Amino acid sequence: MTTHRVEAPAGVQGGVSRRDDVRSLRIPILAMVLLAVVAPFVIYPVFLMKMLCFALFACAFNLLIGYVGLLSFGHALFFGAAGYLAGHAAKVWGLPFELAVLTGTATAALLGLVVGGLAIRSQGIYFSMITLALAQMFFFYCLRAQFTGGEDGIQAIPRGKLLGLVSLDNNLTMYFVVLAIFLFGFFFILRVIHSPFGQVMKAVRENEPRAVSLGYKADHYKLITFVLSAGLSGLAGGTKSIVFQLASLTDVHWGTSGEVILMVLLGGLGTVFGPIVGAVVIICVESYLAGLGGWVTVVQGALFVVCVLAFRRGIIGELSRVLHRPL
Amino acid sequence: MLDSARQTAEPLLETHGLTKEFRGFVAVKNVSLTVRPGTIHALIGPNGAGKTTCFNLLTKFLTPSAGTIKFKGQNITSDRPADVARRGVVRSFQISAVFPHLTVLENIRVALQRKRGSSFDFWRSERALKDLEPRANELAEAVGLQDFLHTPAVELPYGRKRALEIATTLALDPELLLLDEPTAGMGHEDVDRIAALIKRVGASRTVLMVEHNLKVVANISHIITVLARGEVLAEGDYAAVSKNKDVMQAYMGTEHA
Repeated sequence: MTTHRVEAPAGVQGGVSRRDDVRSLRIPILAMVLLAVVAPFVIYPVFLMKMLCFALFACAFNLLIGYVGLLSFGHALFFGAAGYLAGHAAKVWGLPFELAVLTGTATAALLGLVVGGLAIRSQGIYFSMITLALAQMFFFYCLRAQFTGGEDGIQAIPRGKLLGLVSLDNNLTMYFVVLAIFLFGFFFILRVIHSPFGQVMKAVRENEPRAVSLGYKADHYKLITFVLSAGLSGLAGGTKSIVFQLASLTDVHWGTSGEVILMVLLGGLGTVFGPIVGAVVIICVESYLAGLGGWVTVVQGALFVVCVLAFRRGIIGELSRVLHRPL
Repeated sequence: MLDSARQTAEPLLETHGLTKEFRGFVAVKNVSLTVRPGTIHALIGPNGAGKTTCFNLLTKFLTPSAGTIKFKGQNITSDRPADVARRGVVRSFQISAVFPHLTVLENIRVALQRKRGSSFDFWRSERALKDLEPRANELAEAVGLQDFLHTPAVELPYGRKRALEIATTLALDPELLLLDEPTAGMGHEDVDRIAALIKRVGASRTVLMVEHNLKVVANISHIITVLARGEVLAEGDYAAVSKNKDVMQAYMGTEHA
């Protein structure tokens, strides 16, 4: 029963007041929503939509690592698979937007059940390695399979109409739909971590043998969280492929799995807003430094090193410690 | 100390020929243990005698190499750890086992939550747990933690962590409490408080504890089993055990002359 544990999440480290009711987050949430509503009138909506998709992906990933302490190194599998399925559903099957995204999400959740079911039998580094191995298998499957379009990916995916009424070809309209999807995911996660289930989830993270000795079947809690996390990653990936009208190998590549880890670590593991901030920073670095070409990876690597050395709790984790309140 | 009713009652926990081998090293050898309801049963012995291994076997954190374990007459040898806990055998750990970044209240409440069945309801609000709080407060008060309800467990001093662990264990309302060195590493005051607590708890349920502090053992246990090198060396009440020659040689002779 030895457990390899990820370092205690930033959001719950000592010194932070523990009355982290959802209520105490009201003001920062309100600020975030306001910002998101105003942003598309100032910044290019497509760029913002990319941020929102990755922010949701990072939040989903954080649910797993931050609240049950499982480090998956293959989350691109769910993100990318949902992208392919949503794209395929919209383009080939001609499903409307909502059903296409739902198809992607459901596929990701199902894959989560399979991958999670296999991986949670192992602890620590072995868990991570199994998720990585399965994700790599899936990557090569996508490279070879017919429906994914191999190197070309699925292109020209139609955005379609929301509920058959509102055309999504307008970027601003699309933006608010994506924002709604993001907020749904965000509040869903907020509810999960503050549910009775969430309490047990945290107990498993904190001390698995003790949780077992209280009669909780730790593996069941891990698996459910894994499926939820995979499904939400799929929601993000499916939405992204329809927004950008493209599903490609990049989204199932291990680099994407690494990127989401970086986002969560940079923003703050186990915090509510950390993954969002992390995603925004990484996406900005990528696009503003795009001129540097291959050097972007070096910059990201440097960011990662600085984060681990100087502010291990991540941006929001450190902020939450300074302000003495959970964020 | 052992009254006749307790002596004749059906055993609550019974092991036969319990053995655990680790690659040729026999940590627990042919241990037959009988724990009767309503007793405080102490398991003592020198370091490496196999007490903790024995505990791990009883709670199925380790799988025995041979032997059977019965709880209330039912064979639980092949149960999984969480199942043993659900039957009402709940253990504590040698190293204090709390959930460090949950508050005292949350620590106790997460144990009380077990009675709701499996808490898989991730879609419900935490408010669903509100009605567990009065009971959690009671338990916190019983172990003297009423002033620390909202303190993260990690910030409690050592003795209070152990108290919290006992409160958490009690929250499950177990029939059999397995305490692994409940007073290990504690100062005098804490030892006395925990001993009194165990005695109080033992009045209404059964306790099996590993303990090094012989003063505690002498004061509160009804029956003592002495283990040495994985085997049962002697069994009886404190007066009998402390006079046993083998025991004195193996254990008490050096420490409790």
